[in-house]
Amino acid sequence: MPKRRAVFLTVLVVAALMAATALVEAQAPIKIGVIEPLSGPVAASGNYVRMGAEIARDWINSRGGINGRKVELLIEDNKSDPKEAASAAEKLIVRDKVPAIMGAWGSSMTLAAMPKLEEYGVPMVVETSSAATITKRGNPWIFRISPPSEMEALGLEQYVDKLGVKRVDFLAVNTDWGRGSIGAFGDMLKKKGVAVGAAEFMEQSATDMNAQLTKIKAAGGDTLFVTTAVEQITLIMKQAQEQRLARKIVTTGGSSSPTQLIKQAGAAAEGSYHIVFFMPWFPEAMPDGKLAKAFVDEWAKRGHPFEGLTEGFRGHDGVATIAEAIKLAGNDDPKAVRDALWRVSLMGVNGPIKFEKDGPAGKESGQSRPSIFVVQIRDGKVTLPDFLAKK
Amino acid sequence: MAELLQHLVNGLVLGGTYALLGIGLTLIFGLMNVVNFAHGEFYTLGAYAAFAALGLAGLNFFLALLGAIAAGALLGALCEVSLLRPLRRESIDTTMLVMIGVWIAMQNGELLVWGGVAQSIPHPFPTAPLVLGPVSVAPLRLFVLLVAAALIAASYLLIQRTKLGRAMRATFQDAETAALMGVRIERIHTATFAFGAALAAAAGALLGSIFLVYPSMGDLASLKAFSVVILGGLGNVPGATLGGLLLGVVEELGAGYVSSGYRDAVGFVIIIVVLVLRPAGLFARSERIG
Repeated sequence: MPKRRAVFLTVLVVAALMAATALVEAQAPIKIGVIEPLSGPVAASGNYVRMGAEIARDWINSRGGINGRKVELLIEDNKSDPKEAASAAEKLIVRDKVPAIMGAWGSSMTLAAMPKLEEYGVPMVVETSSAATITKRGNPWIFRISPPSEMEALGLEQYVDKLGVKRVDFLAVNTDWGRGSIGAFGDMLKKKGVAVGAAEFMEQSATDMNAQLTKIKAAGGDTLFVTTAVEQITLIMKQAQEQRLARKIVTTGGSSSPTQLIKQAGAAAEGSYHIVFFMPWFPEAMPDGKLAKAFVDEWAKRGHPFEGLTEGFRGHDGVATIAEAIKLAGNDDPKAVRDALWRVSLMGVNGPIKFEKDGPAGKESGQSRPSIFVVQIRDGKVTLPDFLAKK
Repeated sequence: MAELLQHLVNGLVLGGTYALLGIGLTLIFGLMNVVNFAHGEFYTLGAYAAFAALGLAGLNFFLALLGAIAAGALLGALCEVSLLRPLRRESIDTTMLVMIGVWIAMQNGELLVWGGVAQSIPHPFPTAPLVLGPVSVAPLRLFVLLVAAALIAASYLLIQRTKLGRAMRATFQDAETAALMGVRIERIHTATFAFGAALAAAAGALLGSIFLVYPSMGDLASLKAFSVVILGGLGNVPGATLGGLLLGVVEELGAGYVSSGYRDAVGFVIIIVVLVLRPAGLFARSERIG
C-alpha cells in the first residue's frame, strides 16, 4: 500500500509541476529585441532611441501588457559597427528567440543585420535608417517607419524656393546613409533647377573636416546640405565658422538634435535649418498632439536630456509598432508577427504608422509614410522657419 | 591659390596635433619597447580630466590643462608600476597584450562613468577666426599649435639636455650598465611611461577643446599616433614631429585634391610607401637613440 501511495504522490507532484510550468509560460514576458549603437561614435543617438523604447515598454506594461503578457526588451549594443550589428541580430534570434527586432539605427548597420533576418525568418522594424536600398533589396522581413532619403527629399521639395536655394554643395558621412542622401537630395534639387556643386565625404569617426570645408568654400554655392549624426554636425558648424563659410546650412536625416547644437555649437549654429521627424519644442503641432505632449512630459519626468527627444521618439514608435503587431497576431511566432505587421495601423509620436509595399514584387518590404518637418535655429532657439510660421 | 594656402594652414595645424600625439608614443614605444595600445586612452583621459576640472571643479581653462597633464602622468605612473614592472623580463608580446587589456578596460570605464554622449570643453578664446589675407584660422587652434610646439620642444630638450634624459637613454640602451653607473632604472621606467602618458593627456585636453570629448575618441588618436611613429622612426622625437606635420598636410591635400572619401587612405598609402622605401622610418638616422 505505501508503495502505491508513493507512486500516486509522485504523479501528483509531477502533474502539478507541469501545470505550473504551463501557467508560467502563459505569463512569460514577450521579448522584443533591440539593436542600437550604445557605444562608439554615434552612441548618443542610440542611447536616446533606447530610452524612448523603454518608455513605450513601460506604457504598454502599465496598460496590462500585450494580450495579458508583459513586454521585455532585450537590448544589444552594435557599437556603431556593422559587423557587431549582424552578430547582435544572430544572438537575439538564436539565443533569445525574439519574435521581432527593432534596429539598428545606422543604414550600414541595418543592412549588415538584414541577411540574418531572412536566414532565420524574423521581422525587423527599422526606426532610423534612411538608405533607400534597405526596402529596395527584396527582404520581406523589413518594416521601416523612418523615411528613406528620397521621401525626405520629396518632403523638402515644396520649401526649396522659399529657402532660396540656387547652388548647393553636400557634405555627408561616408556610409550608405550619407551616400544615399546625397543622391536623393541631389536628384530632387536638380529637378528643381538648382545647380549642384561639390559632394564631399567624411569618415564616421573623423573630427577635422577643414579640408572638405575649404573645398566647399571654393565651390561657391549658397547652401550646404549636411548629412551625419549630431556630433559631426557640431564640429562642421564650428569649423565652418572658423573658415568663414557663409552658407545656409540644411541638415537632413532627422539626427541633428537642434537643441544639442545650440548647446555645443553656440553661435555657429545660428540660422541653420534642420529636417526633423519630431518637434518636441512644440508637440501640439504634431499629428497627435496629446500623445506627443505625453511623450515629452514622460521624457522630462525620467530626467532624460531634452536634446535626445528628436531621436528618442523613434524608439517609442518602433516598439509600439512591434507590440501592436504581436497583439494583432495573437501570439509571438515571428512569421505571424511579420504577417500582422502588414495590418498595423497606429498613431505614433511622429504620426500615423501604416506599411505600404516597397521593393521587388513578391519580396516586398514594408515602408510607412512618416511626417517630415523643417525647423530653424534663430536667436539661440528652435523655431518654425518664417515660411512655415502661422500666417 | 587661396584654396591651396588654406589647405596648407589646415594641414599644419592638424599635423601639429598629430605630432604631439606621436612624441608621447614614440618615447614609450621606441625607448621602452612597449607597444602601448592604451596611448589613445591616456589621450581620452586627458580630455575628460580637463572637462571634469572645468565643468565640475570650476577651474579655469589653463589650470584644467595642467590638471589633465597631471592626471595623465599619475595614471601613467600607476599603470607602469602595477602592470609593466612585474612583467619587465617578459617578451614584447606579453606587454602588448596587457596594454590591449588596459585599452579596453579604460575605454569601457570611461563609457561607464561619462556615458556615450559627446561633451564639449568650453574655452576662453573668441570663436571668430583670425583672418590673414586669403586664409583664416581659429585662435584656439593657433593656441593649440603653439602649446604643442612648446611641449615638443620641451620633450626634446628634456631627453637631449637633462640628466634625467641622459639616464633615460642610457637605461633603454643598456639597463645593466646604466644600473652599474648608479641610474635607478625602475624609476626611469616609471618616469618615461608617465611622461609619455602625460603628453597624450595634454594632446587630449587640447584637442578635446577643438573637437568633442567621447569615450571612443582615443581610437582614432591611437591610429594616428602609431602612423606618426612609424613615419618618423621609433624613439625619434624630431622624426615624430616631422612625421606628424607631414601626415597632417598629406591627409589635408589628399582630401582637398584627390577625394575626401579616401582621406585616411591617402595617409596610409604614404606610410606603406615609406615602409617599403625606408623601413626604419622617414627620418631615421644611422644611430638612433632607441
